[in-house]
Amino acid sequence: MDAKIQRTEIIVPSPAARLKEGFRKNWYKFSRNKLSIAGLVIVLSIIVVAILAPYVAPYPKHAGKFVDYVNANQGPSAAHFFGTDNFGRDVLSRIIFAFRGALLMGIMVLAIAVPVGVFFGLLAGYYQGSFLDTFIMRITDIFLSVPPLLLALAIAAVLEPNLTNAMIAVTVMWWPWYTRLVYGMATSLKNEYFVTSAELVGAGRFHILFREILPNCLSPIFTKMALDVGWVILIGASLSFVGLGEQPPTPALGQMVSDGTRYMPDLWWMTVYPSLAIAVIILGFNMLGDGIRDMMSKGEHDRG
Amino acid sequence: MNKLHRYFLKRLFYSIFVLIGLSIVIFVIARVVPGDPARMALGPRAPQFAVDALREEMHLNNNLPTQYFYWVKGVATGDLGKSLVTKRNVTEDIKEFLPATLELVALSAVFVIMFSILFGALAARHKDKWIDSLIRVMAYTGVAMPSFVLAVLFLLFFGYIWPVIPVLGRLSAGLYAPPTFTGLYTIDSLLVGDLEVFWDALKHLLLPALALAVGPLFQEARIVRSSMTDNMTKDYLASAVAFGMPDRVVMGKYLLKPSMIPAVSVMGLDIAAMMGNAFLVEVIFNWPGISRFGMEAMLHKDLNAISAVIVVFGLIFVLVNILVDLIVAYLDPRIRLGGGV
Repeated sequence: MDAKIQRTEIIVPSPAARLKEGFRKNWYKFSRNKLSIAGLVIVLSIIVVAILAPYVAPYPKHAGKFVDYVNANQGPSAAHFFGTDNFGRDVLSRIIFAFRGALLMGIMVLAIAVPVGVFFGLLAGYYQGSFLDTFIMRITDIFLSVPPLLLALAIAAVLEPNLTNAMIAVTVMWWPWYTRLVYGMATSLKNEYFVTSAELVGAGRFHILFREILPNCLSPIFTKMALDVGWVILIGASLSFVGLGEQPPTPALGQMVSDGTRYMPDLWWMTVYPSLAIAVIILGFNMLGDGIRDMMSKGEHDRG
Repeated sequence: MNKLHRYFLKRLFYSIFVLIGLSIVIFVIARVVPGDPARMALGPRAPQFAVDALREEMHLNNNLPTQYFYWVKGVATGDLGKSLVTKRNVTEDIKEFLPATLELVALSAVFVIMFSILFGALAARHKDKWIDSLIRVMAYTGVAMPSFVLAVLFLLFFGYIWPVIPVLGRLSAGLYAPPTFTGLYTIDSLLVGDLEVFWDALKHLLLPALALAVGPLFQEARIVRSSMTDNMTKDYLASAVAFGMPDRVVMGKYLLKPSMIPAVSVMGLDIAAMMGNAFLVEVIFNWPGISRFGMEAMLHKDLNAISAVIVVFGLIFVLVNILVDLIVAYLDPRIRLGGGV
């Protein structure tokens, strides 16, 4: 009897309800794969632990200049879960503090490389066939013509070794990937009707690039970013392994592995636990990234 | 001249352009480094007149474009300048160290191709069964393990705990390197029929090659799996089955071959990753390759050697990418026969 009332309720959902519905849908897509949730849990725990490092690390002082030869070279025990290193510093505490540098690297590199890469990609794609297009894309080709880690190593090596320069080196080799990604999308989007009609009504270049084309590229960009965090951290760990990252006494994951190799096999915990820490942080970001990719993809996506 | 030839000529032309660009980038990076290259080459205690003479010899008093011209002229005639580390011409160093790295990366590439197809096809065939899940878990772990971490763990395990495979260098003590034909010990030793050296060289190759291969291998396996499962539902496959073709032909020819295309397309990137990771893996396994040489050069700010190593790697990478395109063209009839793509 009140069928009419019900129908009006269905036709006009409130914005809040729509948002909730969208979130529910995305969460459904994301959480269908249990590995994505595992990734989310790992990443969130690492972030929380890293932020609260001075409070959660069992020996916060051990992350800096600290020497305690009485307790040096101890294997894993109740007092030191992951043992102590050759200076008597708690390995677990140092790993927790090293997560900070790794996360900072992942965030900073993408925060700079993505906007730069996207900007050049949009520009080259929209002015396809122009001198600007050739210029930008050939430079991109040059950067993509060397193995990425090699270029990062070379740049970091000629600069002073520290975390900032390692981030600069990785950023320099990372932006071209986004330029190439966005270029491909922009060249096809610029022929879409919504772009040509914006051009017809006299919209400015800025408006067309950033308000018409860019919003339609966002989903693949975010997907790639989510998948890239793990890779950036991996490259960062590789740089710090050869001494081109954070300098001692500040701990870094790669640097800890490298220090540990000099005390193998007796102090095996100095190598094994930082190695596992690297694997876990990358694993977490990769699984989370896959979940975000599933969420962003339209329709069914096979997990591969 | 058909479409394909023109396409490859264009690729080749672009590659030359890219290499020239790369050489400029490297040159600029090597010259903006703070410090005087001549002073760095001679050391802090060398007299000033010697430094001045070397500056003149290295054309450091000219402007940058002129310096670049002299450097390119050297590169074109095979003179890459003197290395600070080995005190000889970098060209000789590269001749000596490059084969060891090529041998290593080649064996890793063989591992990647073999096992990625094996694992990918297995997972696709037993989709959503325990084999599929097992391979997926292995893939996640394998991809998350950087090569250098694997290398260090291999070193710890096979070097100290269970020493069944040699972990350091190219050959055991007491064995002599085979006469040089290609510089690859495994091939050279086979050419002279020295099986003992061959076996030993192969054993030494195994762990570093595996450390390099694991990451790309599982990434490729996942690509093979997902493109195979995508193609499984295609109509052409159903018709092949309906014609009564044997299972092996359907799987091997009609399903696997087109499914290889996406996997081969990213192979170029995987080789790049392996060449980059070789820099750390060679240091860990004390492998006397060009990457270890390059790593030492970087840590000593040996600019001539750094530039040379990067240009050599750029050249190899460009060649690999052209090769990858050729293989894709062979696999994909739409490209091979010049139809619309």
